[in-house]
Amino acid sequence: MLWSMVRLALLAIRRNVLRSSLTVLGIVIGVAAVITMTTIGAGATAKISADIAALGTNLLLVRPGQGQGPGGARSDSAPLKIADAEAMQREVPGIAGVAPTSQKQVQAIAASRNWSTTATGSTASFLLVRNWNLARGRSFTESEERAGNSVCIVGKTVKRELFARADPVGTRMRLGKLSCLVIGVLEAKGESSFGQDQDDLVLVPLRWLQRTLTGNSDVGAIFVSARDGVSTSKVQTDLENLLRERRHSAGGEDDFSIRDMKEIATALTATTRIMTSLLGAVAAVSLLVGGIGIMNIMLVSVTERTREIGIRLAIGALEHEVLTQFLVEAVVLSSVGGVVGIGIGLAAAVAGTHAIGAPFVFQPGIVVLAFVFSAAVGVIFGFFPARQAARLDPIEALRHE
Amino acid sequence: MSIGRPPVIELRQVSKIYGEGQAQVSALRGIDLVISRGDFVAVMGPSGSGKSTCMNILGCLDSPTSGSYRFDGVEVGNLSRDQRARLRRNYLGFVFQGFNLLGRSTALENVELPLVYRGLPAAERHRRAGEALARVGLEDRARHRPNELSGGQQQRVAIARAIVTHPEVLLADEPTGNLDSEKGREILELLTLLNREQGLTIVIVTHDTTIAKWTKRAVRFLDGRIVTGDPEREVA
Repeated sequence: MLWSMVRLALLAIRRNVLRSSLTVLGIVIGVAAVITMTTIGAGATAKISADIAALGTNLLLVRPGQGQGPGGARSDSAPLKIADAEAMQREVPGIAGVAPTSQKQVQAIAASRNWSTTATGSTASFLLVRNWNLARGRSFTESEERAGNSVCIVGKTVKRELFARADPVGTRMRLGKLSCLVIGVLEAKGESSFGQDQDDLVLVPLRWLQRTLTGNSDVGAIFVSARDGVSTSKVQTDLENLLRERRHSAGGEDDFSIRDMKEIATALTATTRIMTSLLGAVAAVSLLVGGIGIMNIMLVSVTERTREIGIRLAIGALEHEVLTQFLVEAVVLSSVGGVVGIGIGLAAAVAGTHAIGAPFVFQPGIVVLAFVFSAAVGVIFGFFPARQAARLDPIEALRHE
Repeated sequence: MSIGRPPVIELRQVSKIYGEGQAQVSALRGIDLVISRGDFVAVMGPSGSGKSTCMNILGCLDSPTSGSYRFDGVEVGNLSRDQRARLRRNYLGFVFQGFNLLGRSTALENVELPLVYRGLPAAERHRRAGEALARVGLEDRARHRPNELSGGQQQRVAIARAIVTHPEVLLADEPTGNLDSEKGREILELLTLLNREQGLTIVIVTHDTTIAKWTKRAVRFLDGRIVTGDPEREVA
C-alpha cells in the first residue's frame, strides 16, 4: 500500500512538471547560494591565513624614516646600513634571523628573452626570515655574501619568463649590463594578500647589489624574525632602543619605523571575517527568498490540490493515504532540489575559489544546514496545507474553489 | 422488503443543519427514505430543497446533524472517518455534475484510481479499468486527458470510475446538468442499462423533471422534506 502511495506521488510530480520544477528551483537556489557563498568566504579566509603564515607572523620590518605615506621614507632621515643589521644580530636577544635588503628595478636578460623585474639584494638569512624555500640549487655562501660575488637566485616568475621549462641553475644571465651565475630557484609563493606577485624577483648578494647596481651602501629595509616563543613586541622594543642609540635619536623623534607583521595579519583577518559574514548574510537572504518561493508555489497550488484531495477522499482514499502521498511528494521534490542545489553550489564554489586563487574548503555543516532548511520549508509548506485539506469533509474539499 | 437482508439504504428522521445561531439553515428536516437493491430512484426538487444534501449524506461525504442512516443495516453515524472512507471505497460509486476527474491524468488512470486505493495489482487494475471504459463505450479514449474529451465523454469516464469497483449503489448528482439534452439522454440510457443488466442500485439527484421518466420511481423534495413519492416502496 505504501508503495502505491509512493507511485501516486511520483505520478503527481510528473504530471505537474511546472509546479514541481519551480519548487525544486526554489530549493536549488537557496541551497546553492548558501553553499557557494560560505565556501568562497571560507576559502578566502583560508587563503589569507596561508598568506600570513607564508609572510611569517614573527616578522618585523625595520625601515628608515617615519610615516610610511605614499612618499615612502622621508628623505632627510639617515639610511640604514649593513652594520645596523649586524648590530641587531649581535645585540638583540631572541632573534632568529636578520636580513638587510635593498631593491632595484632591473632588466633581466637570458638567451634572447628579457624581463623587467626587481633585483633584491640580501643575505642567505633572507630565505629563513621570509620563510621561503629553494625549489632547486643552493643559497649564497658566506664568502659569496662577503665578497659580493655575482651569483643570483631567481623567483618562479622570472624563471618562467626567461628560461621557460629549462633548468637555469649553472647558467649565466644578465641583470642590466652585468652578468651573474644562477645558483638557485625559489619556490613559488604566489600573490601576496595585496595582490603583488611575490615570485617576480632576482635575489642577489646585498654587497654586489650595492656595488654594481645602486652604487651606495644604503639598506632599504631590514627584516627581523623573532625566534619561536619570543614575543615580537619585546624584540621590537629592543630593536628600537638599539637603533635610537646607534642613530643618536634617543629623546627626540624616531627617524626609523618598525612594523610588526602580526598587526597587519590581525587587520587582514578581521577584514576577512567581515567579508565572510557579509557573504553569509547574502546567502541567508537567498535561502529565505528560495524558501518564500517554495512556500508560494505550494500555497498557490492548494486550491487545485484541495479539489484533488476531495476527489480522492470521495472515491474512498483514507486520510493517511492522501497524506502519505503528499508527504512523499514534498520529500521527493525537496530532496531532488537539495541534491541538485548541493551539486551546483559545490561546483560554483570550486569555480569561485579557483577564480580568486583561494583553496576550496569543504564545509559539511553548511551543506547539511542548507539542505535541512530548504527541505523543511518544502515539506512543511507542501504537507501542512494538504493535511488541512485531508481533514475536511470530502464534500467541503470538493466544493473548494 | 425481502426477509433477512436489510435494505441497502435506510434513512430515519435525518436532519441536517448548517451554520450556527441566527445564521442556522435547516437543509433537511426529518427525512425518511428506504432504497432497496436494484432500485432506480430519481431524487427531484428545486434548488435549495435539500436533495443534494441528502445525496451527500447518502454518499457518506457529509454527516447528518441528527437521525439514523443505515447502510446495509450498519449505522453510518457510528463509523469513524476511515470506516466511512472504506464504505465509500467498497460499496459506493459517485458521479458528479462537474465530473470531478483528475485533470492531469488520462481517462484510464482516472478509472483506475479507486482500484489503487483498494490495493489491486497494476495488471488487474488495467484490465478492470479497461473493461469499465469499454462498458461506457470509451475504450478508444483510454489515453486521453479529460480536457481532450467532450463533456459527455468526461461524464462517461466518471461513470466508468464509479462502476469499476462494482459498487452496491451508484449515486449521481445532476449527472446531466452540464450536458446538452442529446448527451444527457446517452448518459441516462447508459445508467438505465447498468440498472437493468447488472442490477446496480442507482440514485439520481436532479431538478430536471424529464429524468423521472427514465427511473423506476421519483422522490420529490421541498424545503428539506419529502413531499411526494413513496419513500418506502418495495422494488418490483
